[in-house]
Amino acid sequence: MDAIRTVTPRAAAFEVEDPIIRVRDLVSGFGTTTVLDGVSLDVARGEILGCVGASGIGKSVMLRTIVGLLPRRAGTITVFGADPARLGARARRALERRWGVLFQHGALFSSLTVRQNVQFPMREHLRLSRRLMDEVAVAKLEMVGLSADVCEKTPSELSGGMIKRVALARALALDPEIVFLDEPTSGLDPIGAAEFDSLIKTLQRTLGLTVFMVTHDLDSLHAVCDRIAVLADRQVITVGTMATMLASEHPWVRAYFRGTRSRARRVA
Amino acid sequence: MSDALLDISLKDGRLALAASGAWTAERAGDLERRIDSAAKRARSATTVEIRMGGVERLDTFGAWLLERLVRAVASAGREAQVVDLPERYRDLLEEAHRANRTAVSAPRTNPLGDALETLGRGTVGILRDLVLIVQMFGEVAVALLRVLVRPWTFRFTSTVHHLDRVGWRAVPVILLMTFLLGCIIAQQGIFHFRRFGVEVYVVDMVGILVLREIGVLMTAIMIAGRSGSAYTAELGSMKMREEIDALRTMGFDPLEVLVLPRLVALVIALPALAFVGSMAALYGAGLVCQLYGMSPEVFLARLKDAISLDDFLVGMIKAPFMALVIGVVASVEGLQVKGSAESLGLNTTASVVKAIFLMIGLDGAFAIFFASIGM
Ligand SMILES: Nc1ncnc2c1ncn2[C@@H]1O[C@H](COP(=O)(O)OP(=O)(O)OP(=O)(O)O)[C@@H](O)[C@H]1O
Ligand SMILES: [Mg+2]
Repeated sequence: MDAIRTVTPRAAAFEVEDPIIRVRDLVSGFGTTTVLDGVSLDVARGEILGCVGASGIGKSVMLRTIVGLLPRRAGTITVFGADPARLGARARRALERRWGVLFQHGALFSSLTVRQNVQFPMREHLRLSRRLMDEVAVAKLEMVGLSADVCEKTPSELSGGMIKRVALARALALDPEIVFLDEPTSGLDPIGAAEFDSLIKTLQRTLGLTVFMVTHDLDSLHAVCDRIAVLADRQVITVGTMATMLASEHPWVRAYFRGTRSRARRVA
Repeated sequence: MSDALLDISLKDGRLALAASGAWTAERAGDLERRIDSAAKRARSATTVEIRMGGVERLDTFGAWLLERLVRAVASAGREAQVVDLPERYRDLLEEAHRANRTAVSAPRTNPLGDALETLGRGTVGILRDLVLIVQMFGEVAVALLRVLVRPWTFRFTSTVHHLDRVGWRAVPVILLMTFLLGCIIAQQGIFHFRRFGVEVYVVDMVGILVLREIGVLMTAIMIAGRSGSAYTAELGSMKMREEIDALRTMGFDPLEVLVLPRLVALVIALPALAFVGSMAALYGAGLVCQLYGMSPEVFLARLKDAISLDDFLVGMIKAPFMALVIGVVASVEGLQVKGSAESLGLNTTASVVKAIFLMIGLDGAFAIFFASIGM
């Protein structure tokens, strides 16, 4: 491993200085299938990294492996300078308090109301008065574009887009330093998606939030992502800014960023 | 000083508040107390100035508390001047400024009213359950008729699959349970009857008890716990994930596709299991009797005298009806599941409890019926 490093003195394109998340040679899969094989990626502090790739290529698997929900077969992952899988229960809990995860399908707690869902992490990790928790929960819900009257609804009474928003509010409940978002804007109308983008941008600017975002939304990629990572052939094939993506000659990357849909976007 | 978070000083009617430290989620509890006491002091001040220059970090918790303070001061008829706010936090404060504008009124509660409401809902719930069960019986009957008219629509594969699950795979546990029951009843009987020197009557007791009641009832209770609950959980989670709606939109009747095969499997399996169970119980009783010195020949001869075909039939006739009760209650409860995981749990519990309760009631009704026709 180190031998290889010394042979290639130039830092690889995915490396950044002082990364908040550092993934090296990650291998992960299910049973006999390997979904990720040698993924390496850095996420810089305070950046918004978009992760794209074909459906079923393993973006969600990568996200879940990084946050430690799926075991990895090989490779190293460091978040905040520590390997989440190696931490003891206490340190792990402290770590989890510093990140928020939005799952692809929302994963709201079905037997709690919307307000309780957002308050749940606060209740577990902080000692706050009931009033403050209520107010902050409502404020968070309003920030993600919901009105206060959804508070007492249960998740089964929400629309698909509303579920996404509540899930985002819950992921942001503790003002984490990193948020992992799995397709946050899918299921939102374009206006809602744009509001979402500007919210993420605001939080990045004011709180220094780091965002790892899996998305298929070209507008989001254009509007908020500082860098984009492309997952293909079980690996991260390129990482870079939108300009890098547009200049790339990889067939899939070309088709993705310069295909009919993206052209339609630029003409409009 | 960074521990104080908010330094409060009131001089000549001028309230000067100086923020410091980290206004973040961790400190929000302490900060809230400081903010509230500052808001109280603001009432006796003429001007209020909040210096935000000293904050090291600010997140939405801090931003909201600042906004709360500003609003509290405003509601006291003063205006709060926020000065020195670092530029990068301006947007966050804007967000906080827009938040919590509409008051959410918590629903009022009244303990007596709530208790009455619970009672009323419970009563209505029982009646509604009965209606739903009767309705399900009707719908199943109609579905059955439809299938009889067009036999090729019957889900044969699915039925066999469920038969394997609820019938074949239940055999070991049923055998073991009823065998032990037979042993226990015989042992207890011998213990008491021996005092009167009439041990042989144990065989009468075991024979009649097992064939008429215990064999079928215990098997049915076991199946309600084992398969009724599984049916409810399956149908319930399918309901939760809109799978049942999907079936409907494709033109399938969920009753025909999901409920009927399960019900048919149960109606076939339960009598078979009850039979196997009864035999195991008699075998267990025979074994214990032998341990206590009654030879198998004597046991069998006595059993032949003690029981009649009627006893056996009484047990067996009840079995398919019990199966129907289990299946119908399980289906009703399964289709009642709402969106939450909690309701899935509630309905699964209710399915087992109601099925067992109804089965015991049914058993009583059968006892009266058989007594009056002399069986
Ligand atoms: N629990 C699982 N068991 C087995 N295989 C799985 C499991 N979860 C995902 N996979 C497989 O892993 C691969 C990657 O799935 P993943 O959910 O990461 O896709 P994705 O890139 O997020 O796609 P999408 O954009 O559609 O969400 C897929 O081929 C999928 O079949
Ligand atoms: Mg995915």
